[in-house]
Amino acid sequence: MSQRLIVGPFNRVEGDLEVQLDIADGRVTQARVNATMYRGFEQMLAGRAPLDALVIVPRICGICSVSQSVAAARAIADASGVTVPPNGVHTINLMLACENLADHLSHFYLFFMPDFARPVYAQRPWFAEATRRFAALAGEHARAAVAARQRWFEIMGTLGGKWPHTLSIQPGGSARAVEAAERIRLLAKVREFRAFLETTTFGAPLEEIAALDSEAALQRWHAADPLRGDLRLFLTLAADLKLETLGRGPGRTLSFGAYRQPDGSHALADGVWNESLGRVQPVDTGAIREDATHAWLAGDEALHPSEGLTAPMLDKPGGYTWNKAPRLSGEVVETGAIARQLASGQPLIRDAVARCGANVYTRVLARLVELARVLPMTEQWLTALAPREPFFHADRLPADADGVGLTEAARGALGHWVSVRHGRIERYQIVAPTSWNFSPRDASGTPGALEAALEGAPVQPGEDTPVAVQHIVRSFDPCMVCTVH
Amino acid sequence: MNVLWLQSGGCGGCSMSLLCADTADFPAMLKSGGIDLLWHPSLSLASGRELVALLEDCRDGRTRLDVLCIEGSLLRGPNGTGRFHVLAGTGVPMIDWVSALAAVATHVVAVGSCAAWGGITATGPNITDACGLQYDGDRPGGLLGADFVARGGLPVINVAGCPTHPGWVVDTLMALAAKLFVADDLDPLNRPRFYADQLVHHGCTRNEYYEFKASAEKPSDLGCMMENMGCKGTQAHADCNTRLWNGEGSCTRGGYACISCTEPGFQDPGHAFHQTPKLAGIPIGLPTDMPKAWFVALASLSKSATPKRVKSNATADHVVVAPAVRKTRLK
Ligand code: SF4
Ligand code: SF4
Repeated sequence: MSQRLIVGPFNRVEGDLEVQLDIADGRVTQARVNATMYRGFEQMLAGRAPLDALVIVPRICGICSVSQSVAAARAIADASGVTVPPNGVHTINLMLACENLADHLSHFYLFFMPDFARPVYAQRPWFAEATRRFAALAGEHARAAVAARQRWFEIMGTLGGKWPHTLSIQPGGSARAVEAAERIRLLAKVREFRAFLETTTFGAPLEEIAALDSEAALQRWHAADPLRGDLRLFLTLAADLKLETLGRGPGRTLSFGAYRQPDGSHALADGVWNESLGRVQPVDTGAIREDATHAWLAGDEALHPSEGLTAPMLDKPGGYTWNKAPRLSGEVVETGAIARQLASGQPLIRDAVARCGANVYTRVLARLVELARVLPMTEQWLTALAPREPFFHADRLPADADGVGLTEAARGALGHWVSVRHGRIERYQIVAPTSWNFSPRDASGTPGALEAALEGAPVQPGEDTPVAVQHIVRSFDPCMVCTVH
Repeated sequence: MNVLWLQSGGCGGCSMSLLCADTADFPAMLKSGGIDLLWHPSLSLASGRELVALLEDCRDGRTRLDVLCIEGSLLRGPNGTGRFHVLAGTGVPMIDWVSALAAVATHVVAVGSCAAWGGITATGPNITDACGLQYDGDRPGGLLGADFVARGGLPVINVAGCPTHPGWVVDTLMALAAKLFVADDLDPLNRPRFYADQLVHHGCTRNEYYEFKASAEKPSDLGCMMENMGCKGTQAHADCNTRLWNGEGSCTRGGYACISCTEPGFQDPGHAFHQTPKLAGIPIGLPTDMPKAWFVALASLSKSATPKRVKSNATADHVVVAPAVRKTRLK
C-alpha cells in the first residue's frame, strides 16, 4: 500500500522544515525536502557598504551567528589582503569554538535526545533512564546542560560583547583585546565547562574520549560502565535501536577546515572524505555549483557562487523549496562534524564510518568526539594569547575587489563569496552547511543528502510524523534559517 | 499562564538568547514564575501533527492562550499572499496563523526587533514585505494594524532588540504572569519601560573618554565610539550597559558601536554602520535631550582639557598610561 505524507513543522531544528514522503510497504520510497521560508539576505547585501555585511550576515542565523561573522570577515579580508595578528586569530577561534561546542551541546541535549523519551519507546530497557535525563523541558541532564551552556557563553560576553550577533569579529582581527587577568578568568570558564562534560556527558576525562581509536576500543569503554555518562547511554540505545541502519549519507563528506591557525594550517584539517576510496581528497572550491532547478528561484544554469544569482520565482515549474542544490564536482556531499572528524583523521570516527557509513549513530558520535577534542584546544589558544600585542590590524578595502570566506560552522562547511565594485557590494553569495545537507534534487534528478538518507526509513502503521524520520532529520542538526537565508 | 512561542521571518537568535537567561535551572525558573510553555520551537517535544493540533486547539478556544510570543518578522509578500513563509505541514501562510492566534490571545508579545518593527529582514529593498506585528518600521500598523488591542487590554508588547536580551523577555513574561504589567509600563513605542527608559550610554565603560571627547579611531581602540565609529549609545533606549549580556558583556564592552538595535529602522541608518555621519565635523546624531549648541560648546571645552592619560589610551587597545599614583592621601 502506498501513501504520501507531508510532515512538518519539525521543531528542535533551527527554522521551519517540511518533508514530503512517499511511502510503500512501511518504508519511505522517496522524500522531498522543503525549506519553507525565504528572507533574501543576498539581495539585502547588494548595494551596501562592504562592512555592513558584518552587521547583516550574523542575523542570518541566531544559532550560528559567529560562523556567519567569521565567513564575512574572511571574505572581506580576502578582498583587502589584510592579515590578522595571532591574538586576533586565537580570539576569533575561541568565539567560534564557543559557539560550535555550545551548538553540539544544545543539539545533543535539547534537539536530538528528547525523542528517546517518546511513549513509543516505553517498553525499551533504557527508557526510564533516558526520560529521567533527556525529557523535553524536564530531563535532569538536559536542564544541567542549559545551565552549563549559559555559563560557557559568558566567554562570548567577554570576547564578543554579547551572543548572538557580535561585531567584534572584524576582517583585521578582533575589536576586543584581552587583558592578562581576563585570560585567567576565561580559562576558569573553560575548566568549568570541561568539568560538566567530564562529569555528565562523558563520565571520563576528555582526553580519554579523544584518544578512543577504534569501535572496539569504544565498545570496551562502554562495557566497562554502561550507564555512566550520557555518551554511554546513547551508545546503549543506539545499539538497541540499530541507529546505524538509519539515514545513510551519500558517501562523500566535505570540510573546509576548522580553526585556522596563525601559520595558515587548520586545527581540524580540510578535505573531502570519499568512503568508497577510503581516503581524503583535497577540496576544490572551484568545482562548487549551485543548481536552482527545483528551487523557487530564477535561473536554470548551475553557477559557481562567485557568479551566483538569487531571485525568487514562486511559480517556477518543478520548484518545491526555497533552497538551491549545491554540488561539488556535480556530486552530492554531506557536511558537519562527521566531515571534520573524517578529514582530520580521527581514528574512531574513521573506523566507525568504514564499517557502517555516515548515519544517525555516527553523526551523533562525531559531534560528541568533537566536543572532547576541541575543548582542550581552547585552553591552548587562551594560553597562546600575548596580552598587549595587537589583536587587530587596520585595512583598506579597494573600491573593486573580490573575496572568499570559508569556515566551519557547527553544522559544517560555510562559504561566503563577495564582489565589491565602486566601493559597494555588487554581489554576495552564501552557501551554508544545511544548503548542502538538505538540498533538493538537482537538474539530473539526483536527490540531496537528506532526501536520499530518508529513503528506506521505516514508517510504523498509523504514524503521521514517523519517529525514524525525526531521528534522521535531527541527526544532521539542520539549520533551516541558514539554508535559505 | 500558557505561553505559545512561534517563529517566522527571523534568525531564531532571540530564542537562542533566551536560553542564556541568567539562572541555574531554566525550566524551573519559568515554572516558579508561573510560566507554562505550551510550545517553544527549540524546547518542546511536540512535532508535526502534534503541534498542528495544538495550534488548532488554541485558535478554536479549546486550549487557553494567555500569551502569544512571536519571534521574527511577518512576511506579507509576495503581493500580500504571505507565501514567503508557509508554515510547514499546514499549507497556511504564517501571517494567517499569527493573525488568527493573536485574535484569541490575552497578550501578544513581539520578541525582538523583527517581530516588533520588521527589523533586519525588512532592510533595503524589503522584497519579502516584512513588517512587525503592530509596526512597520516606526509607523504604527504592521500585520495586526494600529488599532489592535489584545483581549487583555494591551497593544502588542514590543520587547525589541536584535537579539532581545533574555532578561527583557523573562521580566516581561513574569510580570504578565503576576498580573503586574499595565499600560503605563509601556513607553511610547510600546516597549517595556523597565529597559526602554534607559540609554545604552548609561554605565558604558567608555564614559570618561566620552566626557573628554577622546575618541576611538579604529576597532579595538579604547576611546569613545560616538565621534568616529558610529556609536548610537547616547540615543539608543536600552539598559545594555547596566544589565549586562552573557555575564560581563555589552556591545561597547565588546569593542564595537551600539547600532541601536532596539529602535525601529535601526537596520537602515542611512550611512555605513561603522562610521559616524557628520555635518561640518559634528556628528549628526546628538545625545538624546541635548541641544546642538551645548554639545558643540562642551565638546570643544572638554577636548581642550583632555588629560594625557585619557588621550593616549583612547587610541590604544590596552591602557598605556595608568592613572597616576599620588603620594598623599586622597582628598
Ligand atoms: S562608546 Fe557609545 S555608549 Fe559608550 S560613552 Fe561613547 S557614545 Fe556612550
Ligand atoms: S548596545 Fe545597542 S546595539 Fe548593542 S544590544 Fe544594546 S541597544 Fe542593541
